[in-house]
Amino acid sequence: MLLAYQLALESDLITAHMVEAVEFPDLSNQYQVMGVPRTVIDETIHIEGAYPEPMFMQEFAKLLK
Amino acid sequence: MALLNEKIRKEVRAALADVSQPVTFKVFTQPFECQYCKETRELVEEVAALSEKVSVEVFDFVDDKALADSLGIDKVPAIAVVGAKDYGIRMFGIPSGYEFGSLIESIKLVSEGKSGLAPDTKKMVAKLTKPVKIQVFITPT
Repeated sequence: MLLAYQLALESDLITAHMVEAVEFPDLSNQYQVMGVPRTVIDETIHIEGAYPEPMFMQEFAKLLK
Repeated sequence: MALLNEKIRKEVRAALADVSQPVTFKVFTQPFECQYCKETRELVEEVAALSEKVSVEVFDFVDDKALADSLGIDKVPAIAVVGAKDYGIRMFGIPSGYEFGSLIESIKLVSEGKSGLAPDTKKMVAKLTKPVKIQVFITPT
């Protein structure tokens, strides 16, 4: 979670939302959350589990293609 | 009854001791039909009481809809962690358990205004040309 907050801090274009899955079951269903943490970047990139920064950014880089 | 026990309060007070710039929790609640609204508000109020640099503003999701919209808040309970500016940090649902630590870290981040990310990460982020929303689904445990 902290990495998402750090990214929001770094860029005015990034917002970071923590979503407590149990309280928002509809949203969790919509994004097919089976385990946590599950990160959804821009609706398209899905990351299962807590990735270290370099691995997370490899996924993030897909946004720039 | 307090949500945070004395041991936790002591730890949080120490963690926030060097927070130098003011941070505000903008909390959106709804008195009815929101299971964790009360707990979320109480949690941030208890945290704010542990640092004179941290304050809480409580809003109603319905009565303050214009502000909620402007902050991109579309569900409650919600917290916007705002410092010298709004960096786009939001929490939907109660940040308890492991995420309580992230809540405390978010205060330090927003106060300092420095991300602490690696140089390569900063370079990549600088290439963004359109808004990006990162949603992280968590559970309280």
